[in-house]
Amino acid sequence: MLKDITLGQYFPGNSVIHRLDPRTKLILLVAYIAALFIASNFLSYALTLGFLVICIAISKIQPKAFFKGLKPLIVLMCFTGIMNLFFTSGETLLVHFWIINIYLEGLVRAIFMILRLLALICATFLLTYTTSPIALTDALESLLRPLGKIGLPVHELAMIMCIALRFIPTLLEETDKIISAQKARGADFETGSLIQRVKALIPILVPLFISAFRRADELATAMECRCYQGGEGRTKMKQLHYAPLDYGAFGVLALLLAATITLTVFGL
Amino acid sequence: MTPLLEVNHISYTYSAGTPFAHKALDDVSFQIHPGEFIGVIGHTGSGKSTLMQHLNGLLKPDEGQILLGGQDIWSDKKFTRACRFRVGLVFQYPEYQLFEETVYADIAFGPKNMGLDENEVDRRVREAAGFVGITEQQLKASPFDLSGGQKRRAAIAGIVAMEPELLILDEPTAGLDPRGREEILDNIQAYRQAKNATIMMVTHSMNDVARLADRLLVMSGSRLVLDGTPEEIFVNAQSLVDMGLDVPEVTRVFLALEKMGLKFPGVYTMEQAVRALTQRKGGGGHA
Ligand SMILES: Nc1ncnc2c1ncn2[C@@H]1O[C@H](COP(=O)(O)OP(=O)(O)O)[C@@H](O)[C@H]1O
Ligand SMILES: [Mg+2]
Repeated sequence: MLKDITLGQYFPGNSVIHRLDPRTKLILLVAYIAALFIASNFLSYALTLGFLVICIAISKIQPKAFFKGLKPLIVLMCFTGIMNLFFTSGETLLVHFWIINIYLEGLVRAIFMILRLLALICATFLLTYTTSPIALTDALESLLRPLGKIGLPVHELAMIMCIALRFIPTLLEETDKIISAQKARGADFETGSLIQRVKALIPILVPLFISAFRRADELATAMECRCYQGGEGRTKMKQLHYAPLDYGAFGVLALLLAATITLTVFGL
Repeated sequence: MTPLLEVNHISYTYSAGTPFAHKALDDVSFQIHPGEFIGVIGHTGSGKSTLMQHLNGLLKPDEGQILLGGQDIWSDKKFTRACRFRVGLVFQYPEYQLFEETVYADIAFGPKNMGLDENEVDRRVREAAGFVGITEQQLKASPFDLSGGQKRRAAIAGIVAMEPELLILDEPTAGLDPRGREEILDNIQAYRQAKNATIMMVTHSMNDVARLADRLLVMSGSRLVLDGTPEEIFVNAQSLVDMGLDVPEVTRVFLALEKMGLKFPGVYTMEQAVRALTQRKGGGGHA
């Protein structure tokens, strides 16, 4: 069923990671990604990867969820790995076959690249798995607020994102229902030529668009009835506050960054 | 009489294997015989719609089987698709599935998918439109120009036009005004009489099922808890109330009378109430 797709899904919980301020998590994610790209040797890689594994363990999110999310990205990772494997030249030739040369350096680099991608994706998942979409948009709005000074409609952008996130599950559910209703009338989406299959989508898309527009209309009316008028002078019911926990988390990540840089610079 | 449809111990779980797994059907069994009018009642979330989607092969039961005319509907792919035409399912709020440019074309969608020739499609569309009171004029209009009740009736016609052996309607009157509700119920009854059709209707209105159905299925917490004639079910009014369900208004009045010492067994429609009361009056009592 369409609904079962994991789409940046949120797993409610009460771990330390869940309780961090969403802004902290966003900033830390950026800092962590920086650390990942600074890391360039065995020890620094081990340090950054180990840090992520510990964070995932603390979050109490099942590793299964990460595997499920990674599945669609396997092709991309393999591609990156293969490119690095074949197109890096070095000194120690491992395999020579026809026009293909695989060097030890290429192998190491391919492994590092795959690990880096893997860590990057998993860290992002950790953020979306432990933070509700609403909290995430709140955090984005708060962090981007300075850009409002140069005319970027920050609040409106955040609101659009928030509404879109809110309606994704609703529209998926609706699509499911419409597909079932048309199947009940004998609609066939599985056989026939390409043109026939594209045509078979019309009975789904027309009702779906009509319903999406109707919902948008209703939502707009409901917002207007409550005198919604955008970001200016608007206060929040849930204020974001940095707590001691957040300062602690910043400290830990600063240490990680410092350690990674040291390990890299001194080439340990 | 051989049953038209046989449901044997089916169970179904949504999103199985995820943290959101929900068992929506738990060991449900019953049979449907030709010519019956079955009312299905139950609290919201009790699994009524889920059950209906099993009967025409839209959902596949995790356990158990469903036999249509003696054959398992999942026994082969072609048969499953054929079942969708033989068991017509009108979804809840079916007006949201309309998509064609004209009402005529929309009603013809089902029959066309059956691969019927043009004349037969035309005959069925007109007949189905007749049953639900859609006029010649309206057939040429866009379905989006109709009123809410008319849209609903056009959508029902789309299923009726497939001439299913069993017509299932999932809350066909939900969200309509009293007049629109009456019209739809009248349409269904007219269709039943004209075609001697087998009908299954999910509803929250006890008054409607008491009046129309000759058999009731009561769902509660993913299980089929009661199956019997309206008389048998409504005699047990208290157990319905315990399940968070209503009883017909007339029954409520007569239950109150019973508490006051006047006994009228098995009254659950207005006609029966009138008969019972006049009988008592004629019989010399002081009602
Ligand atoms: N597509 C779905 N995915 C997950 N759960 C569902 C889905 N459809 C229904 N459910 C759940 O199954 C239960 C039964 O739903 P349903 O059959 O629609 O009940 P009813 O029609 O009696 O109100 C409900 O708890 C509902 O939340
Ligand atoms: Mg329902």
